[in-house]
Amino acid sequence: MFAIWKREVQAYFYQPIAYILIGFFFLISSIYFIFGTVASYYAQLNNLLSSIVFILTFICPILTMRILTEDRKNGTEVLLVTSPVDVYQIVLGKFLASFTVFMVMFASSFIYLAIIYILGGKPEIPRLIGGYIAFLLIGACYVAIGVFASSLTENQIVAAIISFAILLLINIIDPIASFIGGFPAKVLDMFSLLSRYEALNSGIFDITSIIYYLSFTAVFLFLTTRVIDKRRWSQG
Amino acid sequence: MIEIQNLTKHYGEIKAIEDVTFSVSKGEILGFLGPNGAGKTTTMNIITGYMPSTSGTVTVDGYDIMENPREVKKRIGYLPELPPLYLDMTVKDFLDFCARLKEVDKKVWKSQRDDIMELVKITHVQHRLIRNLSKGYRQRVGLAQALVGAPEVLILDEPTVGLDPKQIIEIRKLIKALGKNHTIILSSHILPEVSAVCERVVIINKGRIVAVDTPENLSKNLADFTKFRITIAGPEKKVRELIQQVYGVKYLEVQGAGKEDEFSYIVEADKEVDVRKPIFHKLAQAGYPILELRSLGLSLEEIFLQLTTEEKNEEREVN
Repeated sequence: MFAIWKREVQAYFYQPIAYILIGFFFLISSIYFIFGTVASYYAQLNNLLSSIVFILTFICPILTMRILTEDRKNGTEVLLVTSPVDVYQIVLGKFLASFTVFMVMFASSFIYLAIIYILGGKPEIPRLIGGYIAFLLIGACYVAIGVFASSLTENQIVAAIISFAILLLINIIDPIASFIGGFPAKVLDMFSLLSRYEALNSGIFDITSIIYYLSFTAVFLFLTTRVIDKRRWSQG
Repeated sequence: MIEIQNLTKHYGEIKAIEDVTFSVSKGEILGFLGPNGAGKTTTMNIITGYMPSTSGTVTVDGYDIMENPREVKKRIGYLPELPPLYLDMTVKDFLDFCARLKEVDKKVWKSQRDDIMELVKITHVQHRLIRNLSKGYRQRVGLAQALVGAPEVLILDEPTVGLDPKQIIEIRKLIKALGKNHTIILSSHILPEVSAVCERVVIINKGRIVAVDTPENLSKNLADFTKFRITIAGPEKKVRELIQQVYGVKYLEVQGAGKEDEFSYIVEADKEVDVRKPIFHKLAQAGYPILELRSLGLSLEEIFLQLTTEEKNEEREVN
């Protein structure tokens, strides 16, 4: 598992993709930071974080689109599966690699914290920690969805579109749920990542939300192992 | 070393392999021969644990692939038809990755890596990206990958496909050398390759095993006729008549003449009758000396064709 993780992280940085995504993330979040935080003399970063959650909808599909598709196309899936590792270790290694790049991207936002201090701002630390944790947790869910989507096809673009579609749906699930109402709304609420995000981001330490995000991630990774296993059973 | 019992794989309605049973003993090189689409890759994918079978068992060194996949996978090095390579890595990094993936002890790997690269002759390209290597070198890196961790069993799916003749000879030599301390299953649809490298051959067609034997025995037992070449000094027409008169001769073909009055004949005769003596006497009486008499076994190619077409006839009868 560690071997797969290391290889995939290296692969991200051998290719321009990680740099482009991190650069893009940094650019957008800087714009938010300059106009939303600095220009309005606001010493909190939580607003910034909740604003840029939206661009993860674009970044995560691209981040994860090649993580499993590539192995099927190159035939390296055979190597992984016929090595003495379990399928769940393969999936976990791949997920952690994508998530590592995500964390590097996320770490770029620490610069803003430094700038706030330099400018003499005093952010509320507990609230900020809550915001960071919420951001990482929702990021883990997004990455897991991307990993799942890339297990469905051997075409990178298709994988990106699938995960983008799922993420977009999750973005608009709250209005849909409130429009429909009743029992379907409760079902839809199970997939509502964003409604739980706001509470955590505002500094409320809500253990059920944390468990929700972790299990959401776990479920998608589990589904990914099922997809891979299923294909081994049915395909040539 | 490897026991395969009644292995069957269905893809929905399609039967990829049906009731495949054979075994490979330690240190043997087994050829797995069949036309394209016969089920060779499917069988190999099942043995290596890449895909599960519909029914039947595979045991390697006493471990069942379904019950103990880890133990089996540790003992097998697999080179699929498409070598599994990460094109964005250098050869050395890739092999290091394989070693970690296969949980090879770090100290052991340090000495093993150089040996493997030396063996498949890729030491001089170890710092190059796999992307930039030619097909022949990629195949070697694929083979090196299978050797990582010194597995007892090597499974090689069409290892010489797409290589040029010189590379093919080198890879074959290498496989022969590896056969000294590995158990090898080698698949191919190229017949001379199998007869050159393998000690025993399994012929598979349409998912079923049609023959298992040494290449020599196959050619001996399968022929329902004997076949030889005779070179005789004498007029072609006369000689042909004489040979055809002999009881048991089924087929006669005249081949190119060396000299003016010398002709070669390919004779096929019933297996039960030895036609050589009567032919000799007849020709001696007529005064046409036999210059050469050589018996021809069936070539593997002919056996192969015979087996795979016979199968078709059988099916027709069943239908």
